Amino acid sequence: MGSMFLVSARVEELKEIAPSVYKLKLWAPQIALKACPGQFLHVRCAQNSSCDPLLRRPFSLHDRQGEHIFLLFQVKGRGTRWLSRLNPGENLDVLGPLGRGFSLPQGEELALVAGGMGIAPFLFLARCLLERGNRLDLFYGARSASQVFLGREWENLDLKIHLATEDGSQGYKGLVTQLFRESLSARTYHRVYGCGPRGFLLALACILQEEGLPGEVSLEENLACGLGVCQGCVVPIWEVQGGASYRPLCSSGPVFRVEEILWEKFGEV
Amino acid sequence: MEPLALDLRVEVAGIALKNPVMPASGTFGFGEELSRWFDLRELGAVVTKTITLEPRPGNPPPRLQETYCGLLNSVGLQNPGLEIFLRDKLPFLQELGLPLIVSIAGKTVEEYRELAGRLAPVAGISALEVNISCPNVKEGGVAFGSVPSLAAKVTEAVKEVCPLPVIVKLTPNVTDIVAVARAVEMAGADALALINTLTGMAIDLERFRPALGNVWGGLSGPAIKPVALWAVWRVYEAVKIPLIGMGGIMTGRDALEFILAGATAVAVGTASFLNPLSMVQIIEEIKGFMLQHRISRLASLVGAAHR
Repeated sequence: MGSMFLVSARVEELKEIAPSVYKLKLWAPQIALKACPGQFLHVRCAQNSSCDPLLRRPFSLHDRQGEHIFLLFQVKGRGTRWLSRLNPGENLDVLGPLGRGFSLPQGEELALVAGGMGIAPFLFLARCLLERGNRLDLFYGARSASQVFLGREWENLDLKIHLATEDGSQGYKGLVTQLFRESLSARTYHRVYGCGPRGFLLALACILQEEGLPGEVSLEENLACGLGVCQGCVVPIWEVQGGASYRPLCSSGPVFRVEEILWEKFGEV
Repeated sequence: MEPLALDLRVEVAGIALKNPVMPASGTFGFGEELSRWFDLRELGAVVTKTITLEPRPGNPPPRLQETYCGLLNSVGLQNPGLEIFLRDKLPFLQELGLPLIVSIAGKTVEEYRELAGRLAPVAGISALEVNISCPNVKEGGVAFGSVPSLAAKVTEAVKEVCPLPVIVKLTPNVTDIVAVARAVEMAGADALALINTLTGMAIDLERFRPALGNVWGGLSGPAIKPVALWAVWRVYEAVKIPLIGMGGIMTGRDALEFILAGATAVAVGTASFLNPLSMVQIIEEIKGFMLQHRISRLASLVGAAHR
């Protein structure tokens, strides 16, 4: 892990880009300078002296522009609801950047596969991968067209977007993992990046293992410390020296190589 | 007013602490992670994650569930085991030159005895914390902590082989914590640490299943502070050995409440998960309170609310 900071980040802008989905722009120069795609921020979602909600909430870095960082989040509970009521000029208690992000190769053919809010870390990742001369395809699945969160920022990026919606209201009708699988009959990739809900990740891991494609996935769990201290947010992992163990998602991940994960146990939850 | 020289020193079981603040076992790992955030030598002492003889993989996830002002965990004593602790984790802690308290747990009385016997001669260890109160393991743990005679048996076994001070960590999940405290004191414990977490659970309404992989877990955080304080208050009146108070301490004022209730030292746990600097901030807040109230000796506050 590289540098981490505990900072007071200034809220610059908070926009509701779809019902209950928000994009938050923060001024946090130290974090912005050191952040890598796939890393996350651990955000206090309560007034400073309040103990409720008690724990920080993890958000993957959605984007970085100069000294600014962006988060993309959906209101799911008390923490995100509090966050959605922030006003510009207010300060946010932020710990980060935390965790191990995505690998950043050069000159490769790469696929990004996102399910739902799993799109969040991919804007920052796509920028960094394109800077390194990679060729990118984005596969992105949502319930329906109204749940597709591709802002203007994506238009300026040189990548091919393949959309899938479960109700067929935009793009391919069906699951994005199915669309991705079908596309593999026509072409292949050096590496595949995935982020999305548990069922999506299981399906993607299955495809990658069948096709023998290397992949990296960003996982989610309930977190407490975010620093690898509490051993609360563990993922079942195959150890290099043999055997399996539980590793903290926050410090060993949140990005793991597909073959590192003990998928049978991951799927039990 | 004349400047006030602050003296935060306290003594627990013959161990001199420069201030009363230490981490609660299991919320500090073996110190490496938090050492990136502050100089650990600011602390009064360090307390390791509980060590068992053999490595323990821990409980299946999810292991964490937030509740109102609280946190349920079912980590299940995941730890690398005694050998790896001694080889990979201990050297870093020895170098700190701080009072070092190593927490241990066994599945049987014999395991407690063996752990204590093997740790006792190791250089740099100041005391053992005997964890008989972990709610998240199926064998040992809280089974010993909830019956006074068994708690005494474990304490005696450890004392027999270990000349170091022995701190016994008590569970609140009993009808009468005072009975356990008295039994453990009679068995030779040099100090008591209290309280461990309260057992509880949550249900996940998305999955129609218990939120924790292990079904139940231990509740910590500010939600349990009144319960913990009451335990410290009662045990202070019942025993003569010093107490290390813990349970939901978030601020210096929380820590002082425990000290006034009878704790000689305090441990900070869940607060470190919100803010890695919590422990040093709590030390500063205690100093601030002492200055404001013109109290020069912290030790004079121990149990002061009983008068």
